[in-house]
Formats: sequence, structure tokens, C-alpha cells
Amino acid sequence: MKNILLIIQREYLTRVRKKSFIVMTILGPVLMGLMYAGIIWAAISSINQKKIEVLDQSGLFRDKFKNSSSYVYEYMKGDLDGLKNDLKKSGADALVYIPANVFEQPKSVKIYSEKGVSLEVQSRIEEEIENEIENIKLTEAGITRSTLENAKVKVSAETISLKAGEEKKSSATAASIIGGIAAFLIYMAVFIYGAQVMRSITEEKTSRIVEVLISSVKPFQLMIGKIVGVALVGLTQFGLWIILTTAIFAAGGRIMADKMQKAPAAMTEMQMNNMPPEAREAMKDQSAVADAMPDILGAVSTLPVGTIVFCFILYFIGGYLLYSSLFGAVGSAVDSETDTQQFMLPITIPIIASFAIAQIVIRDPYSPLAVWASMIPFTSPIIMMVRIPFGVPAWQIALSVTLLIAGFIFTTWLASRIYRVGILMYGKKITWKELGKWLFYKV
Amino acid sequence: MSDNILEVKNVVKNYADHRALDHVSLTVPKGVIYGLLGPNGAGKTSLIRIVNQITGPDEGTILFDGRPLSENNIYDIGYLPEERGLYKKMKVGEQLLYLARLKGLNKEDALEKLKEWFIKFDIKTWWDKNVEDLSKGMQQKVQFVATILHQPKLIILDEPFSGFDPINANLIKDEILELKEKGSTIIFSTHRMESVEELCDYICLINQSRKVLEGRKSEIKQQFKPNTFSLDFTGGLNGDNTTFIVQKSRTDTEGLISATLEARPVFSSNDILKELVDRVHVISFREDMASMNDVFLKSVKF
Repeated sequence: MKNILLIIQREYLTRVRKKSFIVMTILGPVLMGLMYAGIIWAAISSINQKKIEVLDQSGLFRDKFKNSSSYVYEYMKGDLDGLKNDLKKSGADALVYIPANVFEQPKSVKIYSEKGVSLEVQSRIEEEIENEIENIKLTEAGITRSTLENAKVKVSAETISLKAGEEKKSSATAASIIGGIAAFLIYMAVFIYGAQVMRSITEEKTSRIVEVLISSVKPFQLMIGKIVGVALVGLTQFGLWIILTTAIFAAGGRIMADKMQKAPAAMTEMQMNNMPPEAREAMKDQSAVADAMPDILGAVSTLPVGTIVFCFILYFIGGYLLYSSLFGAVGSAVDSETDTQQFMLPITIPIIASFAIAQIVIRDPYSPLAVWASMIPFTSPIIMMVRIPFGVPAWQIALSVTLLIAGFIFTTWLASRIYRVGILMYGKKITWKELGKWLFYKV
Repeated sequence: MSDNILEVKNVVKNYADHRALDHVSLTVPKGVIYGLLGPNGAGKTSLIRIVNQITGPDEGTILFDGRPLSENNIYDIGYLPEERGLYKKMKVGEQLLYLARLKGLNKEDALEKLKEWFIKFDIKTWWDKNVEDLSKGMQQKVQFVATILHQPKLIILDEPFSGFDPINANLIKDEILELKEKGSTIIFSTHRMESVEELCDYICLINQSRKVLEGRKSEIKQQFKPNTFSLDFTGGLNGDNTTFIVQKSRTDTEGLISATLEARPVFSSNDILKELVDRVHVISFREDMASMNDVFLKSVKF
């Protein structure tokens, strides 16, 4: 037991002190933060003023195109061919031709340019013209735009789950977001840390230190020590990621909130219009999110948060133990990392499959597929985490966890049988048949 | 307590397709250097792994210091495998500390002992170096320290001199002798007969999974002596000899003759010498000894 602790300590400390660990742990959340900041910044600041000439033969659009920080319109006179020829000289980015019969034939509008126009410019001009024609038609029909706007209703359904007689307000959206994130984190963890176990076992084997080690400790102790050590590294890294990400987003959120508070006051409708369509969309989305935020937070608080956190840790550890021992067995069987490929596939298939099944389960968390997949130990860590936020009967969780524990006891046993033979076996081409034989070797 | 540190009795070890050890028995007395010899694939490493409890025997028993080998005995054994290996990206000092603690030393004792060895081997500057930054010979030194740091009763060295330059090989040889002085027993597996000649008190030869011979080196050499004598003389040695047969003789430019004589049955060196003294002028007369090389080659052939 003392030796297992020593091994765990070494595995943990050597990894946690590595530069790459420190860099990844700190950089991960910072990169995430920067990415989001970058997207928002890019949306707001990518404003590049464009000069657009308009030849309006219909006369309907006089002064309808508003100049802004990103677009400057110039109304032209003369014939189309002349303007087309002069386009290069005038330095304008595009020439919009609105024929006299635009009202009857909206598709006859043409945009000429030297370099080709961006989709953004095209859609903006189309939108302006559509709006104007729409306005005219509405006016003709005796409807004002404001009447129309008032007639629009936004519906956001509230889902209520009836459980054990009590009526609970829940949000399917919040549940699927939380479930999806939890499933993804477990999926990532199994791959990242499972592969670490595998690589480190192969390294010990090829550097031949393993023979010195197993003259001091039992192979099983060495394997378990390594698996537990890496698990602690994983929990440390995930813990730090969650703390740092929360901190960064909280800080970022506060800065954003400050600006947002000032922004609406200063931002007139005019300025809103001046922004490129993407930015406007982004703003709209954000305000939509902001509107929905209290709802989502409210919904989250109705989710079984305690159960989610507890089960996440349980399934994180269970799923990791189940797979990392298998990864470890592969690592012990081969002579170098490049030989791992053929044995990796059967291990990675269930992981990838469960992630794929998760996409289906998110839509229907109570289907037979979902229930079965959340019981089988090879898929349950990911699938059950998707289901839990939607509410899962306690007996199902208990059964699934029991099966998972049985599952990892089985894979650890299997792995240790292969491991004890594999680490001392060099220069042999390993086949599946060979691995099968190792299970029954007497050592 | 027993006079023998290790007794291996009738050990059999089978692998999937062959028998690595076939009823091997041997006895290692305390305080000796014991040479475990044999060609590649004879079963030496299998035996060493069983003693180290890396694997277990299929049949037979092993006594350590008179008692059946138990899990606690790993603390009494130091093992230097033939294929050396250390964690490449770990610092020398930390690594040695870790290996010493796995062998049951507590941190303070291990540090204390490590300091002594670092001073002794003059490698103080290596403490904070990564193993991969050391040369192969330096790594071997580090591993040697790791093997003996916990002052084991039994030290098992598999080809300890491979990879060492002559200076360091000598250093290690002196250390081995010193460890023996201090009361450790050393089992020493090798194919290099000159180091066996130099260091071993006892030898055991394993060939094709079986023990071929075992015993005191001097006795074995006696047993394998070719029963020939080297003679340098002047004069004539023709005609019939009652006590010996001349195998070959060579005359150099000065008239000195060197000959190899084979003793006829029953006659001893004294009988031969008596006969010679009467007939020729003896300059030197010496009984030929078996070299370990001869012993090895002869035993393995059968």
C-alpha cells in the first residue's frame, strides 16, 4: 500500500510539474476567453467604409439609402453604360442599378463592381430595396409598419415535467446544454487521460525501467498507481479549468455588462442601422440571450444540480477507470507507440459511438436506446450524463453505477492479466490471439 | 538464519512453448561472489526473475536465508537488470530517491545514503540533471547506485560491466568487492569469463534450462584441468617415457625447447618431474590450469 502511494505521488507530481501541464491548464481557459472576445471584437470592429453609387431610374429610392460609417451612397445621374465605364475612375466599390420598373420586376436590380461585391453588400442592398417596396405596398394597403410589428408575437414554450406528483418547471434547453457539456467533458477526459496512461506505460516498457520497478512492486500495484495518479492529474486539470474559465467569463461578463449598460442609452436606432448585418445579428442574439438568461438560470436552479455534480464526478472517474485500464493494457502489449493503432480501434469505437448516441439521446432522453445505453458500462458514463439533467429515476442511476463499477473491475482485471505479461515481452509481433493467451498465463 | 543466503530447489519454469528451467537446484553461500554462467537463452534471466519475484516458479521452492522466499524479501535484494533503464525525463536525484523509497527506505535515510554515494562517485553535479542528459556510462553508474543503495543482503547483477569503459568498470569492480567485504552476497550473471576468473568464488553453469555444474571455482578448475604440463628445457627428450607423453614440442633459435606433456594415468607431477630431472635440463615446469573459458566451452558442448 505504501508503494502504491509512492507510485501515485510520482505519477501525479511529475505530470503536474511539467511545463506543458501548467501551460495547458492556464492557457486553455485564456484561449477560450480570447476566442470569444475575438469573435465579438471582430463583429463590432470589422467596419470598412464602402462607397456605393446608385442609379435610381424608378425615383422611388431618393434619399432612402442612408449614409453610415460603413456605407456611403452617392446618387448618380446619366446612363448606365457611361457610369459602368466610369466606375473604375470614380473609385466607388459598386454601382447599383435600379430600373424604372423595379416595382413590377424586383429581380431586375443589378449591382456592378470591379472586384465583385461581398455577400454582405449584396444582402444589405437587397434588404433596403425590399423594405422600401414593402413599405410602399403596405402603405397602399393602408397598413403602417408599426401595426405590422405589433402583430408579431414571439413564442417560447415552457416545458413542465410532471414527476412524482409534483409539478416542476424545467427547461429542456438548459438540460440538454448541461447534459451535452458534461458528456463532452467525460468524452474528452477518457481520451486525453486514457492515452496518457497508455503512453506512459509504453515509455516505461521501452526505457526498460519497468524491470527495476517490478522487482520492488507488484505489476498490479504499478498499473493501479499509474491509473490513479493520472486520474488525480485529470481531476486537478479539470478543476482548474472550470475555476479559471468561470473567473475569466465572470470578469469578461462584468466588462461586457458595463459597456452594455451604457451602450443602449447611447446607441440610437441610427447607429444600430450603421452596424454591419452580422454585428446587428450578434447584438440581437445577445439581447435575446440576455432576455432568456433569467429564464435559463431559473431553469438551471430547478435542475437536480447536486445530483448532476455528484454523478459527473462518479461517471468521470468510473468512465476513466474503465477505459484507461484498457488503454494501459494496450500500452503494455506493444513495443512502441506506433504499434498501438490496431489495438486502439476496439477501445475507441465504443467511446466515439457513445458520443454519437449522445446526440440522439439529447433529443429523446427517455427512449429505450437511451435507457439501454445508459446501463451498459462502456457507454453509460457519457449517455447517463446526458440524461441526468432531464431527470432519471434513482434506481436507474444506482443500477448504472453498479454496472459501471462491475465493468471497471472487470476491465482492470483483464488489463492486469495482459499487463503483467506484456511489460516483459519484447520484440514479439503481438496479435489478438496472443493477447488472449496471455490472459491465462501463469506468472 | 542459514549459512546460505539463497537455496533454489528443483525449480521448473515453463513458458508457452518451451521449458525455461528444468529442475534447477543451486545453493548460494553467504558472503561470496557467485557467478551464474551460461549461453544466451539458457535460462539465467528466468531464474533471476524468479528470485526477484517478478515471476513465480511452476514447481520447486526457493529459500532466502533459510526461509521460503516471501514478499518482504524484495527489500533484501538489489537487482541490476541486463537491459538498463531509467526514467529519461526525471531528475537523477529524484529518481534515485524514488527507487530507494520503493525499496523500503524512508526519505531521510535515502537522502543521507544518496549523499554519500554522490560524494563517493564524484557525481554531485548530476543531482538536478535529467537522466537523458547523461551519457550511457553515467546512466549506468546511476543505476548501479540505485541497485545497492538500500544495502541489500543479496545483490543480483546481470552483466554489470557491459557499457562501462575500463576506468568505470574498475570502479564498479572495486565497489563489488567492497560490498562483499561488508557482508553482501553477490550473484553475478555474465558471459565474460575474464571477470568470472577475476571475481567469482563460486560458479554455476546453466545450459539448455538445466544446471550443468556448480561449486567452488577453484574446485571446478581442478576438476577441469587438462592433466597436461608445460615444460621448458634444453637437452634431448627422445625415446620412451614411462610417466608422460609428449603432445607437442617446439625449439626456438637459442636451443630452448618448449613442450606440452600429457601425464599417463596414475602418474602425478612429481613422478614426471623425477623422470625429467634425470634426462634433461629443466628450466621451467608448470601444471596447466583450466581457464574459465575452457570450462565454459567444454561444459556447454556436452
